[in-house]
Amino acid sequence: MSAAIPNTKVMNRHDLTCRLVAKLTHEEAVIGGIGNTNFDLWAAGPRPQNFYMLGSMGLACPIALGVALAQPQRRVFALEGDGSLLMQLGCLTTIATLAPDNLVIIVVDNGIYQITGSQPTPAQRADIVAIAAGCGIASCHWAADEADFERLVDLSRDTPGPMLIAAKIDDRPGVGATRRDPVQIRERFMQGLGVRQPL
Amino acid sequence: MSTDAEAARSPSAPSWPDIILRTFKRNEVTLVPYVPDRVLTPLIQGLRDDPFFTTFATAREEEAVGILAGAWMGGRRGALLMQTSGFATLPNVLASLVVPCQIPLIMIVSERGTLGEFNLGQSLVCRTMRPVLDALAMEHHTMTRLDELEFTVDRSIKQALATQAPVALILSPLLTGGKVFA
Repeated sequence: MSAAIPNTKVMNRHDLTCRLVAKLTHEEAVIGGIGNTNFDLWAAGPRPQNFYMLGSMGLACPIALGVALAQPQRRVFALEGDGSLLMQLGCLTTIATLAPDNLVIIVVDNGIYQITGSQPTPAQRADIVAIAAGCGIASCHWAADEADFERLVDLSRDTPGPMLIAAKIDDRPGVGATRRDPVQIRERFMQGLGVRQPL
Repeated sequence: MSTDAEAARSPSAPSWPDIILRTFKRNEVTLVPYVPDRVLTPLIQGLRDDPFFTTFATAREEEAVGILAGAWMGGRRGALLMQTSGFATLPNVLASLVVPCQIPLIMIVSERGTLGEFNLGQSLVCRTMRPVLDALAMEHHTMTRLDELEFTVDRSIKQALATQAPVALILSPLLTGGKVFA
């Protein structure tokens, strides 16, 4: 696990994901990054507004940005791991520049590539919230504990511009496993967004 | 670049950037992220000047593919502008997101590295483009003639959307004049 951020509790990804999903009462979209991030999103219960990535590591935030630009009235969450975000740090600058009000990025940070054997990422001395702030995202926060995480998710509803919430997490593996059927996942997501009707 | 063919056209004849812009508009392609190329500059400028379009730079082409995939799933159409070397960064996202999820990604690629290129890096990268497109059985057209441009762009956008399959439209230096060397 990565070095602790002062005053930040090490939490659990499945628990935080369940806390997030419990707050989604307005058909908010959630893009789950690859690996354990979307395994835990899957395990938090089926929602047609969830999109589960199968590859293209690092694109949870760009996909969420696209949904946010297409549907400005819907709130959109990117749920991404720290290793994945490192693959596509430049997207934080794009998000900061376009600054959509309806986009929230949640980064679950365990400092490891958990699904490939828990090798440490190169970011052992980095601070993701500081990176996001440096990219120009005005509202970025470490969640101090579970209650603070929930408070920040609530706060994001009334915060102008995009928000990034990062949480230090433990190295427990994901609870579920996503069904790898990309066309069904994509079609159900589009139905969940009201773009498609079932055949 | 000034050519005999160009001189023979009437001064009011639309240019290739005008044709692409109005074809995007007719097909409600509104979201146009790009990683720039010198050749694409007049098209990017035209899109930026027109409030119909949301046009912005991304840090990487792959990022723009993610944005367009999300936007299309949310009901908004778009297209990605890039140059050959940008396309060369895309095989992973094409094979793991666009093709398996059946996303109608529309790509406009300024073809660099051929027909007078001075940079060996550009010319070798150019040779990877069509093999990658063919390996994934992706539709692609190389546009060399102004009189065929509107038909090709319009029909390709419509086919991509109707069949939920990506398409690459390659802008040859024969169409654009390529990069002008000072």
